[in-house]
Amino acid sequence: MNLLNVSACSVQIGEHTLVQPLSLRLAAGELLGLIGPNGAGKSTLIKAIAQLLPYRGTMQLQNAAMETLTAQQRARQLAYLSQNDPVHWPIAVQDLVSLGRHPFRGSWWRGAGQLSAADDAAVETALRVTDVWALRQRRFTELSGGERARVRLARVLAVNAPLLLADEPFAALDPRHQLQVMALLREQCQRGASVILVLHNLTLASRFCDRLLLLNQGKLVASGTPSAVLNAENLRRVYGIEAVTGEHAQQRYLVPWMCATD
Amino acid sequence: MNLNRTLLALLLAFSLLSLGFGAAPLTLREVIAGLFGVGNEPQQLIIQQIRLPRVVLAWLVGAALGAAGAALQGLLRNPLAEPGLLGISASAGFGAVLALYFGATTLSLWLLPTVAMGFALLATALLYALTRVGSTNLTLILAGVALSALAGALTSLALNLAPNPADLQDIVLWLLGSISDRSFDDVRLCAPFVIIGLALLFSTAPALDVLALGEDEARTLGVDVVQIRGLIIIGAALAVGATVAVSGTIGFVGLVVPHVLRRFVAYRPGQLLLPSALGGAVLVLAADVTVRLIDTPKELMLGVVTALLGAPFFLALVLRSRRDLL
Repeated sequence: MNLLNVSACSVQIGEHTLVQPLSLRLAAGELLGLIGPNGAGKSTLIKAIAQLLPYRGTMQLQNAAMETLTAQQRARQLAYLSQNDPVHWPIAVQDLVSLGRHPFRGSWWRGAGQLSAADDAAVETALRVTDVWALRQRRFTELSGGERARVRLARVLAVNAPLLLADEPFAALDPRHQLQVMALLREQCQRGASVILVLHNLTLASRFCDRLLLLNQGKLVASGTPSAVLNAENLRRVYGIEAVTGEHAQQRYLVPWMCATD
Repeated sequence: MNLNRTLLALLLAFSLLSLGFGAAPLTLREVIAGLFGVGNEPQQLIIQQIRLPRVVLAWLVGAALGAAGAALQGLLRNPLAEPGLLGISASAGFGAVLALYFGATTLSLWLLPTVAMGFALLATALLYALTRVGSTNLTLILAGVALSALAGALTSLALNLAPNPADLQDIVLWLLGSISDRSFDDVRLCAPFVIIGLALLFSTAPALDVLALGEDEARTLGVDVVQIRGLIIIGAALAVGATVAVSGTIGFVGLVVPHVLRRFVAYRPGQLLLPSALGGAVLVLAADVTVRLIDTPKELMLGVVTALLGAPFFLALVLRSRRDLL
């Protein structure tokens, strides 16, 4: 069974078609990478899947048409991490991560501070796996870029949604934390969640993603396993680069090496 | 919550002080007797007819301004949002001037608050439209300045063309903002709208917390941003418009109060609403008592005092966030 079915979806804003009609299926437990050069439409596509942009075509989440779900039902099944929406107040890390439990609140008059035991457990797990448990009393605005990125990821994980959408969660992360985040997303897949990830880092994409969608100027250029998508031809044509590939511990690696000469 | 209880206690204390204080000072015992309709008759009259409406009006004005400020700050994710600074009060004031001095009030008493609220609504909606995309402090304040200037210019025009120039001084004084010499008629005129407005604002509290994550993430958490925006714009316009209609423009309450109280609610914008309403009431009441304490040849206007205290505070805020402004 597919967790997510996207068929013939396109995104148009005004005159511009940002994403040409494309279809994709996402199985439970799958880690799908959206790659492509700047302006390829990756963020637009992931926003459309998050129901943040109007689109044409149909989307199904766990066999239910997206538009038949209430906002709360959708919020429980789909968690979205935006690329760079700043947090606007010096809110404590723990309070911030607890906002991920918003879709599970009862009526609106239930105080925001009151979380159920299940909520508390989800928040604690999210804080621990992202390695920010020790920071939980700190104010978000006092944190370093890397810490902020992990706290925002913790907020998304706290939802415990079957579908995770993350738009470039690595931007401010050092290599260790980049690897940590990828491992974390893989773990989410192992517990049955599916992840769609926008990323620029082709080395991480080829190593950790089950499948890649390569977009260029709003068009789906290639999709499949990392080794199939990230071939020399696509890299040259879409990115204008050449890469070094090799094998380490029976895994293929890829490092962008130089601009292609044509 | 402890904070709310403290603010309630302060509110009660200042209310009793305000009831006892005046040309004929009354003791606490006399105040309480007067409130419950026992004791000597002139004192009962002073308490119930003169001082109580003033106190109740201070509650309403302060709660409306405090809560509207906190809600607008949460919605716009900007600590400088405030009904006065953003031109919402000035727009409501313009509406009130239109209604007052072009005789509309002879048609119906309710026309005055209605027109004031209408203009407040227009201003708030316009402001939101102007600052929606990438609302930095700078664009927000500029939009507010533009709106205030427009409302001020239109008010001047209305005054300029007012049919009866003898009323001019009254209008200008009224616009400065005051809650003295008000009766329960004024309270009745604004109370329903303030209460409805506050209810609308309070209903947005949990969503405001989530909005700290930005509109996109808040939407994916199930927050109906369009609805929240509508509730806050309408709630703020009702509450602020109705109070401006009876008290003139009283500035900076919505800026100062949420700012002072924010740290006590761990900076969560939704949790700030109720304390800001209570704190606003305390501040307006305290300012009103102060106004009466200071012995000046003419009674100081409340709006003048809040502006005198609030403007330097605003300057300090700007100074502190000037890196953000530039």
